[in-house]
Amino acid sequence: MKVTIGHLYPDLLNLYGDRGNIQCMKKRCEWRGIEAEVREFQITDEVNFSELDIVLLGGGSDREQMLVCERLKTIRGDFHAYVEDGGSVIAVCGGYQLLGHYYDTSDGRIEGLSLVDLYTEQGKPRLISNIVIQNEEFSTPIVGFENHGGRTFINENRPLGKVLFGFGNNGKDGAEGVLYKNVMGTYLHGPLLPKNPHICDYLIGNALEKKYGTRELSPLDDTQELEANRYIVERFVKKS
Amino acid sequence: MKIRRMVAIWSAKIISTACRLSGRQGVTFAGKVALRIDPNCLRDLSAQVRKKIFVVCGTNGKTTTNNLLCSAIEQENTSDVFVGKNSGEDGNASRKKENNHSGGYSGEKTGGIRKNKVVCNHTGSNMLAGVAAAFVLAAKNDGSLDADYACIEIDEASTLRVFPHFKPDYMVLTNLFRDQLDRYGEIDITMDMLNRAMQMAPDMQIIVNADDALSSYLAMESGHEFVTYGITERVFSEEEQGEQHEIREGRFCKNCGARLDYEFYHYSQIGKYNCPNCEFTRPAVDYEALHIDMSDGLAFDVLERHKIARQSSMEDSDDESITDENMKIKDAVKTADAVKTDNAVKTVDSVKTEKAYAVRKKLRKREIHEYQSRHIYADYRGFYNIYNILAAYSAARNAGLKLNQFEQILSNYNPQNGRMEHFQIRGTDVILNLAKNPAGFNQNISAVMEDKKEKDIIIVINDNAQDGTDISWLWDVDFDRFGKKKTNVNESAGKVKENQQLPGAGGTGEGIHSITVSGIRCQDMRLRMKYVDIPCEMTPDVKDAIEARLADGCGNLYVLVNYTALFSTRNILAGMK
Repeated sequence: MKVTIGHLYPDLLNLYGDRGNIQCMKKRCEWRGIEAEVREFQITDEVNFSELDIVLLGGGSDREQMLVCERLKTIRGDFHAYVEDGGSVIAVCGGYQLLGHYYDTSDGRIEGLSLVDLYTEQGKPRLISNIVIQNEEFSTPIVGFENHGGRTFINENRPLGKVLFGFGNNGKDGAEGVLYKNVMGTYLHGPLLPKNPHICDYLIGNALEKKYGTRELSPLDDTQELEANRYIVERFVKKS
Repeated sequence: MKIRRMVAIWSAKIISTACRLSGRQGVTFAGKVALRIDPNCLRDLSAQVRKKIFVVCGTNGKTTTNNLLCSAIEQENTSDVFVGKNSGEDGNASRKKENNHSGGYSGEKTGGIRKNKVVCNHTGSNMLAGVAAAFVLAAKNDGSLDADYACIEIDEASTLRVFPHFKPDYMVLTNLFRDQLDRYGEIDITMDMLNRAMQMAPDMQIIVNADDALSSYLAMESGHEFVTYGITERVFSEEEQGEQHEIREGRFCKNCGARLDYEFYHYSQIGKYNCPNCEFTRPAVDYEALHIDMSDGLAFDVLERHKIARQSSMEDSDDESITDENMKIKDAVKTADAVKTDNAVKTVDSVKTEKAYAVRKKLRKREIHEYQSRHIYADYRGFYNIYNILAAYSAARNAGLKLNQFEQILSNYNPQNGRMEHFQIRGTDVILNLAKNPAGFNQNISAVMEDKKEKDIIIVINDNAQDGTDISWLWDVDFDRFGKKKTNVNESAGKVKENQQLPGAGGTGEGIHSITVSGIRCQDMRLRMKYVDIPCEMTPDVKDAIEARLADGCGNLYVLVNYTALFSTRNILAGMK
């Protein structure tokens, strides 16, 4: 079996250790004997979505996000078809905002890709915190770090999780991230996947299921990952 | 009110002494109390500095650069010092006025040679309170300050809080990297803050690292007069750099957004760049390091142009016929200077920011370009120290110092406070080094790997407020280099990779005896190593970790720490000596 991971524009969108997410997916495939190929795309490269099993869209500064957005609009059609066909996407921070219709800032509106029905508005102050969220489908909470000025509203979509500690999408409705088909958008970095092996395996599983019809993954020894996860939960959630 | 200032000074001194006696860092607290008692104490004391105030800013290298600069100024015989005209108006005016009160240069004279007195925040306490502490702790109990110069490093975000108290004459800007993002937001925000601070001190001259596109752009954009330093030759082969996949955050042109072209780069985004899309390019270099040799310590030549001319007898000549064609080449340097001069002129002409361009054009008109080269040797490790030395050298030379004792100063200078600080403990050589962001950490890894002896490594990661509570940057550091094997078959191959499919199966690299992770976020650090297949041991308590490696290590121990781990680790090591 083989999984091909496409990293979109790492030299522009690579603000919060996104490399760690790529490394995590790659290693967790390889440790199970699944071949993993990582393709990095530069802003001028053609992206052939049909060759990709997982797409990672990372975070960047507002300015860099604008550059990426201009480029992504030209391939929006292909990206949209990939998403609707059940292609896996993990979008973090700025990448998450780009999934939606728009991001309103004090300097004007940044048009998004409208891949998922959500929108973002700039707010003050920046929401900066360790964060712990819970998704009922997983027994283990999801931990990370958030740092965003935007407030995201996901309309009727499912959130990635309920906020146990931290701010989440907008600091108000207690929701964090979004799940739509096989697209996952989130403000969690840290990076997201190494301390949340269950989420990493969920993404790999989705990709395998679409490609090979099976999402079965052999178990790995996740003692260290879960210890690191538990440390954050105990420090920030269980103290109160 | 002088009484108030005196009370502030006394209180700060008492607090600082009490903290020192109880083994704590009390500098910041002392400064805070002093400012609380007399909010004007920093303004009033800094106004008493008789000559110049330097500030050092930039993500990495502040403390070393600032301390070197301070040593250089202290060691300069004042009889040698060229005292430039003080061009500052508002901030400096009060300084001049105070000069008269204190009777001008009243420093002590010993046998006709007088050493400069310099106020300096040596420990690297670089926020407002730390800066205030440097001045109040240097002041006399009667509320006066006897100082010729001040060398102050300032945290970039704190410049906006410090500059209302005094306007520096010079700012050294070392580099701008991603650092502690949760405090600063993004690098654009840092640049914006620095620019606003610069506008508060319009007469301040900037000494900037030309090899950093972000810092250079900022200097140009600010409209300030600036001079530059840089390393103009390729130092690392492409093969060596193939090992580094660092993020080059500043690789995109701040002016137009296009990706910069690099003729070569040294590390991160530092190198020789130009924008293929607009006119932005690496500015002409006034203090240029060449002939870099790192085989034994750091050796290089500095080729300088610029300041010599401004000190010449024709300083005030407006004769426009004095152009680059007339440059006198004093010390013939091995490189093709003619070509360089050509390039330099072109480079200057294409600087995009018009304001900065106008300033440079004005400068060029007034100067005779004279080249002089000087050989510099220092028994230091780490390529980045070339930049630190060069920055201090450029700042001092630009201010008119002769630096006849510079090599002596370098060899006397003991890196302090965990900047490659050396300890000898029970027969083990321990080197403590601060690393707080990807660029700094990658440079530290290079420095560790340059040491060919076998070594143990302890990595201590905390996430306190001053470290930045976000530790995701750990994943932007090239820790995989600790697992690299030498390809040379004649060398011992280290542990053999048995099965690449298992976590930790990669083994540690050539010459690495062990890796231990410690500190508050040791769990994250352990995962970081796991995902590059490098085995490590986890010992959360720093003292336990050090004790263990002193007991079972190979006698050569590197302790790499981030900011808040520094003081505690240093105390532990000092207590073990």
